[in-house]
Amino acid sequence: MRRFFSAGRPPGRRWRNERRLIAALFLGPAALTVLVLVAYPMAHTLWLSLHDTSTGAFVGLANYGRMFSTEETRRAILNNIVWVVVAPTLVTVLGLMLAVLTQRVRWSTALKTILFMPMAISFLAVGVTFRLVYDEDPERGALNAALVAVHDAFSPPSRYYGVAPRDGTGLVPADGGYETADPVPASEPVAMPVVGLPRDRIPSEAAPASRPEAGVELRGVVWLDFTRGGGGEAGEIDATEVGLPGMRVEAVRDGQVVATTTTDASGRFVFPGLTEGDYIVRLAATNFTEPFRGVTWLGPRLVTPAVIGTYIWIWAGFAMILIQAGLAGLPRDVLEAARADGASDWQILRRVTVPLVWPILVVVLVTLSINVLKIFDLLYVLPPDSVQDEANVVALEMYRVSFGGGLDYGLGSALAVLLFLLVLPPMLFTIRRRRRERL
Amino acid sequence: MTSQRNAPSASPVSLLEPMPVPELEPAGTAVRIPPRPSLLKRLVAILGSGAARVFVIAIGLFWLFPTLGLAVASLRSAADNSASGWWTALTAPSQLTLDNYAALLSNERITGSLWNTVLIAVPSTALVLALGALGAYALAWLDFRGRDLIFVLAVALTIVPVQVALIPDAAVFRALGIFGDIPAVILFHVAFGLPFAVFLLRNYFLGLPEDMIEAARADGASEFTVFRRVALPFAWPALGSLALFQFLWVWNDLLVALVFGFNNPPITYAIREQTRAFASNIDVIAPGALISMAVPLILFFTFQRYFLRSMLDGALK
Repeated sequence: MRRFFSAGRPPGRRWRNERRLIAALFLGPAALTVLVLVAYPMAHTLWLSLHDTSTGAFVGLANYGRMFSTEETRRAILNNIVWVVVAPTLVTVLGLMLAVLTQRVRWSTALKTILFMPMAISFLAVGVTFRLVYDEDPERGALNAALVAVHDAFSPPSRYYGVAPRDGTGLVPADGGYETADPVPASEPVAMPVVGLPRDRIPSEAAPASRPEAGVELRGVVWLDFTRGGGGEAGEIDATEVGLPGMRVEAVRDGQVVATTTTDASGRFVFPGLTEGDYIVRLAATNFTEPFRGVTWLGPRLVTPAVIGTYIWIWAGFAMILIQAGLAGLPRDVLEAARADGASDWQILRRVTVPLVWPILVVVLVTLSINVLKIFDLLYVLPPDSVQDEANVVALEMYRVSFGGGLDYGLGSALAVLLFLLVLPPMLFTIRRRRRERL
Repeated sequence: MTSQRNAPSASPVSLLEPMPVPELEPAGTAVRIPPRPSLLKRLVAILGSGAARVFVIAIGLFWLFPTLGLAVASLRSAADNSASGWWTALTAPSQLTLDNYAALLSNERITGSLWNTVLIAVPSTALVLALGALGAYALAWLDFRGRDLIFVLAVALTIVPVQVALIPDAAVFRALGIFGDIPAVILFHVAFGLPFAVFLLRNYFLGLPEDMIEAARADGASEFTVFRRVALPFAWPALGSLALFQFLWVWNDLLVALVFGFNNPPITYAIREQTRAFASNIDVIAPGALISMAVPLILFFTFQRYFLRSMLDGALK
């Protein structure tokens, strides 16, 4: 115990009063601010949460009941649970991975700087940044552009999506493709006029359409029955109309595909060997598959995972640096001994490293779970207004019902109290740790 | 006073620098020449470090990519941004223009909000430091009844989420006639910054050698002089760390500004307004967000050493 007057001044009443006055002068401004703006409001919020704030009547726990029965608030609470379970875990695991993998890499300091940088940026700026990343249109959104590029590399897109047969020409939809309404005899060439292909998607090798040459095998032509500037006749091959090359055509008999072929540059096709009988001729569905356009990241279904992804981007560096500091403090001889005993890298990680840095992992997890519970800005900026109901969390809902047009202070106060109660356990853990370490 | 030199190891440890680990052999250890590793082992090591290097570069690029995108987008016209992705500008640099920034700087709503951010962040930080240091000093070195209880309460208050106070404080500020104005935003930030500041600084002040305080008092220095000439210089690393954290916290804040600062919106608020029509306002949003990031990033690169420490302490706020 440090004695204020241990420097030899005599204790006395006057001196004691002066001491109190000095302490009050030092502590007073801070204490007054906190009392008026933090301590008293806590009590007032608790009081408000038990009242109907429009009439002032005491309503007991009715606001809390509404909190768990209203669709939006229930959604917010459930989302918060998902957040708390998923986000800190992913960040910690990623941080551990990065910390271990970059331990002996020379540029890891530069990497740490880069990974840690998002922590300096406001959630608002991060939200704006990731709006661009998550933009649904693959022409604009970087993530979808990358996904589409990868997807198309493995399964190239169909050339003729959006194309449909000319009305009244005897072609009907079938399994995503189009086929002749009735079986046609092999002896008669099949005319398959289609429309709906924008000019910029007409294949460069497409040649003017022409009637198939005479022959005995099942044959026909697929062409774009559209004359630019008008004037063409529906169902007829006019002078400027082009054939559609590379179209997959199937011959169907008794519901079975018996042969397939592909059109040439003029849109003509022939089924070698099919000389007799009647067939249904079908333009296969694979010609018309809509192209992959990426994923609607900020739509109702994926908005929470998408925002959690952004959260990981912000906090991974924090976790990595803390864990790496812990790794640097590990006793070397233990690791050396394990290695000398022939343990594999994976065994060392699982049996030696993780148990030794476990206390740090717990600190990271707890810190992040407190942070996640209070998250507001990111969810207020990143998801477009139309999906905020789906992205909702408690802190956001508290703002929305109290200030964002709702003015429902009773429900807002109940949500604030809930938030406080949720933060309490991890916070008590942290306070205990802080007192132990006297940080 | 020369207390700065006595600052103990409590000064922020830079966790960004790798820690040197001395390798000492006990005396009398025979000098061993390490056996030459087999060719296979060396090959694995080279490939392994190569893979790790590729991994590091890939991760680094992955993390830089979003911010790079924002930066490039801020240099393209709204028409370009709605027609194609920012990466097309990498092969067509003629798209890049400073027009957005020029327009932004003549946009009074935005420049005014940037100034509002400064007007909020600087006093908030200064007040938290001043009031926090005074209070922390009292809790560390003045002896009065209830001191320990007050400290425990301060620690407990660090856990309170701001949501708990939003509604009642709106009423308080309304009564004071400052609801919606900058003083309300400042006061709220100060009130919620203080418990943590007191907690941090009090513990730091306790590391001050008692002899120095007593010597100064015996010389007849007033308590305020002891505070100013002995305690404050001693605590500058903690004060710097706290200032950095508090400043960034306020600079980046959106929630408090939304509730209490609607008459004088800071930059975060002003940009959030624009995001309602994101695609058509991208020529304001992207450069605005980038300008609002500039100050935190400059601070980050200048004070990297303090930064981690302050984030670690403050992450719990």
